[in-house]
Amino acid sequence: MRALTWHGKHDVRVETVDDPEILNPRDAIIRITSTAICGSDLHLYDGYIPTMQKGDILGHEFMGEVIETGTGSTLKKGQRVVVPFTIACGACFHCSKHQYSACDNGNPADNQDIAMELYGQPMSGLFGYSHMTGGYAGGQAEYVRVPFSDVGPIVIPDGIEDEKVLFLSDILPTGWMAAENAEIEPGDTVAVWGCGPVGLFAVQSAFLMGAERVIAIDHFPHRLELARRFGAETINFEESATYEALMEMTGGIGPDAVIDAVGLEAHGFFVDNVIDQIKASTFLGTDRPHSIRQAIIACRKGGRVSMPAVYGGFVDKFPLGAFMEKGLTLKTGQTHVQHYMPALLNAIIEERVDTTFLISHRLPLEQAPEGYRMFHDEQNTVTKVVLKPGMAFGAE
Amino acid sequence: MSDSTTCASQDDAPLTASKRSDAVDAATAALVEAKGDTLVGRTVTVNRPREELYNFWRDLSNLPAFMENVERVDVIDDLRSHWVVKAPGGRTVEWTSVITEDRAGELVAWASEDGADVPNSGRIDFRDATGGRGTCVTATILYDPPAGAVGRLIAKLFQREPAIQARRDLRRFKQLMETGEIATSARTRAQREQERD
Repeated sequence: MRALTWHGKHDVRVETVDDPEILNPRDAIIRITSTAICGSDLHLYDGYIPTMQKGDILGHEFMGEVIETGTGSTLKKGQRVVVPFTIACGACFHCSKHQYSACDNGNPADNQDIAMELYGQPMSGLFGYSHMTGGYAGGQAEYVRVPFSDVGPIVIPDGIEDEKVLFLSDILPTGWMAAENAEIEPGDTVAVWGCGPVGLFAVQSAFLMGAERVIAIDHFPHRLELARRFGAETINFEESATYEALMEMTGGIGPDAVIDAVGLEAHGFFVDNVIDQIKASTFLGTDRPHSIRQAIIACRKGGRVSMPAVYGGFVDKFPLGAFMEKGLTLKTGQTHVQHYMPALLNAIIEERVDTTFLISHRLPLEQAPEGYRMFHDEQNTVTKVVLKPGMAFGAE
Repeated sequence: MSDSTTCASQDDAPLTASKRSDAVDAATAALVEAKGDTLVGRTVTVNRPREELYNFWRDLSNLPAFMENVERVDVIDDLRSHWVVKAPGGRTVEWTSVITEDRAGELVAWASEDGADVPNSGRIDFRDATGGRGTCVTATILYDPPAGAVGRLIAKLFQREPAIQARRDLRRFKQLMETGEIATSARTRAQREQERD
């Protein structure tokens, strides 16, 4: 099959590799019909994520048609499914509590050691995201092997096109969980740092959960415009001082809940020396810890802090004093995708959530390297790139 | 927790976490017939009933399914079994093991017979986890890497790796018991074979 493979910094290639096979009873093989490049894929592209190996197949936002099933799979050939980026067994203690991204068994035994050293306990496996999270081949390919296919994939009813449901795989549930973690109450004002896909879905979700006002913060005009389209007020931090603006806009109180959706989307693991590299060499590095500090300082007394943005290592100058003295609550974590998929599929079918607005570019899989370059270099206008293995060259 | 794997006079932590120099002695005292003086161990919680886990483990021929380095276990009789274990350089090491203590649903202890390439002994304890979370399975293993050239080769595996190996094997045991399969990120059968070697 053809697949997008990683070879190093800014070096991804579409190559011919062996087709995946059923290896365990609960496996299924999916023929990919649509797959997206995630913001967090760019950090693989930039070479910041450790434990990558040459030839690794990327991609953790994908969907397609079931073409083969193991004896323990509940899927049927011909079904269309969206696959969660988190690989969870459905049987361990954490899965029984719907904490799917904390699954004990989704990450192969040998791959759990690194995360155990870094975090104390290993997290679930992820598709196409380094060997620390399992070393699983991703979905930017013609076919993918999906483990625990009786637990993860959600079957899509006929007549709903791919682009409406593709983002159930990651960014829609991630934005939704971010808003849920903000424990929004009617009448609340919610501030969202970052208008990438997760931030924009958090904006929509916050309104659906009863927020009276949502204030979105970014510096890309096009992305702020998208947030405004969903009813958010905006702050462009290059033009206005964020803290002062938030305090004035909230009558001197501060937002009731703050959501940090800056930088990486909801996954990616950094050891702290890698963080230091980024801090030293890029704008993003110094800005990321800044957003969570700013969010904590701006948040009203007794308010809630939700952090879908990824922090993989250590952060210094965390305003622990403000956090304690103001009595804030922080909720965070990798998304428990499987938990949110069914309700969000309904929300899409009932048109309560708009997903397709995000897609700016569609490319055939063969042009995936071009898709990475565009997404990397042109963040203002390239909001989301969808790859289609079956698509003719050069289309859209 | 039985006082045979903790030391009542100090604290409630297991011996394998001990900073004390007499942890090995205490572990040795907890075995009927101890072999070896290097201690490793690990506990994992498995979301299945104690009896089920004990029964699976007690059929020793099941063990190679999740113990990566164990090539095979030939069950000789109810108490004795012959083990063939992979070592570096394509070699294998072998020993005959005898079950020295056996309490249904609770514990299996063993010791290698004289002449083992790697003298070893240990116990697997099964305890109910708190809060209905299944079973805590604790492996406590003593082993004794041999001397000599081959010994050094073997020691390379068995001195450096046993703690990691025990940890990984227990994770695979948990995966097999909880999910019915052992997670692999391989894409093809050929890749999986390669990973197992």
